[in-house]
Amino acid sequence: MESGNMRYLAPKTVTEAAQLLADSDGIARVLAGGTDLLVQMKAETIAPDLLVDIKHIPGMREITAEAGGWRIGAAVPGAHISEHAGLKADWPGVVEAAALIGSTQVQGRASIVGNLCNASPAADSVPALVAADARVQITGPKGTRDCAVIEIPVGPGKTTLQRGEIVTAVLLPARTGIGADACLRFIPRTEMDIAVCSAAVNVTLDESGRCSAARVALGAVAPVVLLVEEAADILVGSRLDRATLERLQSVCSKAARPIDDKRGTAEFRREVVGVMARRAARLAAERATAKAGEKA
Amino acid sequence: MSKTHVTTTINGTRTEFLCEANETLLTVLRDRLHLTGAKEGCGSGDCGACSVTLNGRLVASCLVLGVEAEGAEITTVEGMAEGGELHPLQQKFLDLAALQCGVCTPGILVAAKALLEKNPDPSEQEVRYWLAGNLCRCTGYDKIIKAVLAAAADLRGAA
Repeated sequence: MESGNMRYLAPKTVTEAAQLLADSDGIARVLAGGTDLLVQMKAETIAPDLLVDIKHIPGMREITAEAGGWRIGAAVPGAHISEHAGLKADWPGVVEAAALIGSTQVQGRASIVGNLCNASPAADSVPALVAADARVQITGPKGTRDCAVIEIPVGPGKTTLQRGEIVTAVLLPARTGIGADACLRFIPRTEMDIAVCSAAVNVTLDESGRCSAARVALGAVAPVVLLVEEAADILVGSRLDRATLERLQSVCSKAARPIDDKRGTAEFRREVVGVMARRAARLAAERATAKAGEKA
Repeated sequence: MSKTHVTTTINGTRTEFLCEANETLLTVLRDRLHLTGAKEGCGSGDCGACSVTLNGRLVASCLVLGVEAEGAEITTVEGMAEGGELHPLQQKFLDLAALQCGVCTPGILVAAKALLEKNPDPSEQEVRYWLAGNLCRCTGYDKIIKAVLAAAADLRGAA
């Protein structure tokens, strides 16, 4: 690894961390799990002058209940997310999406905030976060703000984060009513691959079992994750029956704007992302119905 | 550039070392501490040959910086055998010939031990998924999976 003069600092507060990043006159990067950053350093696609390790800041490695929903600290690794029963009960799709990232070894370190800020169009956890309407909390030199997850990535490797800003947590909203989410990814094998395409669906059911709210997000079929409102509109008011899901599939295939690359052709991605969306919607509906059964 | 002084615990022993900020934990283990069990296969977190545990979590030590080990608890393959006695996983790998060239073996042993601590009775499928990040170019995996399942059965019997 080059960058022999790189400095490594592990501040104890987020204010200090943001200030270090803002004051750095070279290339500065936040270090959480490091599973993207260290690979980029090794490949010499980036040679930081400063790494700011945020893992020693209180709360960064914690999952806590907040405002009826959940706060996931920016350095919480995937393995921790998978072990969290409360999070899994509310947001099974987010948990399964986080678990898609890399191997067991990568899961020991990789965070969903890192996955988001790396800004890959194929990021495994982002469609589920968008479908969940998750927000992120950000601290920068000018203070703290929060914004929707979907507002962070703007293209491959590019985000809206300003100099010195650190995403400190993902905030998952409270579940209102009976709802569940699901996320599916297509890869040519069963593990350890980058998404050809993916889809996440989040549904809420009313007491009669009708869909009262929905969000549908597609991954790896555009430069950023797509939130397909037309697809959600099809689900709302329906009983998520077969005919509805077939329409959902068709709308999602049409909404996709994929490219041809070594992982798949645009035509193939368009077809398969619709199938992923249909299956994810069915899975989310099954999970929500099962929850309704538990409550009855 | 001045080196950073790091105090850590490796296989239960308090250990101190000096390293550069950009050195990986794998480099520190192998080149500074002469714990050469963990291997560098890919250097990018894909092959699992450098697997160790860091504060109880299985990680690729090529994707951890040495300086991040400050205050941490690390275990490596060197900590598996107790005295002269091999860990049941190590013994089963020998008994069932679950290795050929051996480069992947330390990482697989560390990964398999982490699995059995979390799940003492894994299915074959669970073992295969857990070890998906440990590549082996020799065995075709079947013998590895069988050895892990056999060691798990032994450990359950002994418990």
